[in-house]
Amino acid sequence: MSDKLHLDRAGLHRLYREMQRIRRFEARCVALYQAQQIRGFLHLYDGQEAVAVGVMSALDAGDAVLATYREHGHALAKGVPMDALMAEMLGKEQGCCRGRGGSMHLFDQSRRFYGGNAIVGGGLPLAVGIAMADKALRPGAVTACFFGEGAVAEGAFHESLNLAALWQLPLLFVCENNLYAMGVPLAESDAQPEVYRKGAAYRVAAAQVDGMDPVKVAAAARLAVAELRVGRGPYLLECRTYRYRAHSMFDTQAYRGKDEVDKWRQLDPIARLQDWLLANRQISAEELAGIDAGIGAEIDAAVAFAEAGTPEPLAELTRFVLMDSVVQEQTP
Amino acid sequence: MSTITYREACRQAIRAALQADPRCFVMGEDVGRYGGCYGVTKGLLEEFGPQRIRDTPLAENGIAGAGVGAALAGLRPIVEIMTCNFSLLALDQIMNNAASLAHMSGGQFAVPLVIRMATGGGRQLAAQHSHSLEGWYAHIPGLKVLVPATVEDARHMLAAALADPNPVLIFEHIVLYNAEGELDEAVSAVDIEHAKVRRSGTDISLVTYGNSLPKCLAAADELATAGIQAEVIDLRVLRPLDSATVIASVRRTHRCLIVDEGWRSGSISAEIAARVADEALYELDAPLRRVCSAEVPVPYAAHMEAAALPQVADIVAAARALVSPAG
Repeated sequence: MSDKLHLDRAGLHRLYREMQRIRRFEARCVALYQAQQIRGFLHLYDGQEAVAVGVMSALDAGDAVLATYREHGHALAKGVPMDALMAEMLGKEQGCCRGRGGSMHLFDQSRRFYGGNAIVGGGLPLAVGIAMADKALRPGAVTACFFGEGAVAEGAFHESLNLAALWQLPLLFVCENNLYAMGVPLAESDAQPEVYRKGAAYRVAAAQVDGMDPVKVAAAARLAVAELRVGRGPYLLECRTYRYRAHSMFDTQAYRGKDEVDKWRQLDPIARLQDWLLANRQISAEELAGIDAGIGAEIDAAVAFAEAGTPEPLAELTRFVLMDSVVQEQTP
Repeated sequence: MSTITYREACRQAIRAALQADPRCFVMGEDVGRYGGCYGVTKGLLEEFGPQRIRDTPLAENGIAGAGVGAALAGLRPIVEIMTCNFSLLALDQIMNNAASLAHMSGGQFAVPLVIRMATGGGRQLAAQHSHSLEGWYAHIPGLKVLVPATVEDARHMLAAALADPNPVLIFEHIVLYNAEGELDEAVSAVDIEHAKVRRSGTDISLVTYGNSLPKCLAAADELATAGIQAEVIDLRVLRPLDSATVIASVRRTHRCLIVDEGWRSGSISAEIAARVADEALYELDAPLRRVCSAEVPVPYAAHMEAAALPQVADIVAAARALVSPAG
């Protein structure tokens, strides 16, 4: 693990706990999917946890976050309560979006978590606008927009980088490069597969980081965010990472070999951090067991909460198609 | 009363909005130095500066999405898209984000965004600058779709749109920009809910909007000389559609002709016809008829373009055929 960023014991434990929460939350989601309690698409973040957790460790509560349809991890790391997430997965009214969004559309207005976007590249222009508003209304606030390397081929990526650079917006573009856009490898979809190099064309500061190492991601994100907070933005951070599982739940993975997956599993961010913490006496076996037990209890409680949840009444079907007020501007 | 062009009414509306609310700003292609593709924002850059009259690169999807984001996070953007044909490049952001976020998030976010765009044909701008796509947008739940046809609506609909917590699209007809009308200074606001009876009549309802309104009013004048009293309904708002005003008119006149510059198939005119058939079929003394644009990409040559778009003579002929089928 990198020692460039000084993280205290508690900080390291936090990285471990947040990654493990995501992985085990999703493992339970898979079980619930197999039990047909979760339906639709389910895109797992398995393997990529260090990216969301590392970047989020550099953000404050008042910063805005946008993510993709593979966003369970970002929602958890941003602080969206697991209860509300699990209830959303089960399509219950107690879910963070009343069961309307499901896995791909998680939102939490009070935590400035702006989704959950299932159009590849769809969140990037939104992030430009949010950063514009923050620059005017909330000086110092930063917007972090996560997207996969597949989005880099979309016009929205190029339009958004250009707009953000022209207007010097406090916007952190986080490319989660997991090497495949569904089944198409990056080298076949992009003439320049080094995503961070695309920043130069828009005069956007950019860096590439090992996305399997939460400490390196955290360090890189902290450097970027420090620039953004003082008005030197935007910034493009490419995190090289890997998803161990299928694109969604229906995928034969004909596009890659098992050897490749196994190779990446050797770099697993959670296992490696755990080993490092133990080897360097940064965590005791008891502390580790305590963290793991806490996560297990949180997940059990979330599932119980979700299962006890109720379906939104059918009479609500058309509610919120049109709004009566700008609800996000009302103080609760 | 004062005489004013539709373009000037649009400009006054924007100017007033910028003066009234510091959160409000305009962004779009050539809205600043150039003064707007159709000259609507001329002079506003000098008055309000580049932060509030923001020239953008040619990036319709990016601009529309930035408008959505800015609205989500506290500003009140007025996005200008040069023509509705170009808005197809922004359709993803308009439909998948602006129109969907409120419902999809379970009511956590409203999107107080206004997008203005030019629409329609009649100035020989050919097939990529002349279409009428407002009917398409009226298909999408979560949007409001306004079609100002008078200087009063051009002057006052924007304020109502900005006060609305939902994404509102305003379609300004390119032929209307130069049209002059009387603006009543005593009127300081208009609603964006109701259709309006622009001329009362007893024999047939002409249901229309946008630049087809002046055509229908001219047709009504001509029909009057033949003893046919046409009622002219200006829809003003295509979504949500005020069917009640249309149905009430049909109950009075028992005949209905819908005039729409959009293409006929799958159009807003088809929706209106279906609603009249649903709610007032037995009030009708004649079949429902429509005058729409020919189903072709609007051509450049003047005679071909004129043939493609609804004209006064087409409206008069269709109305006469409905009122006196034998004649």
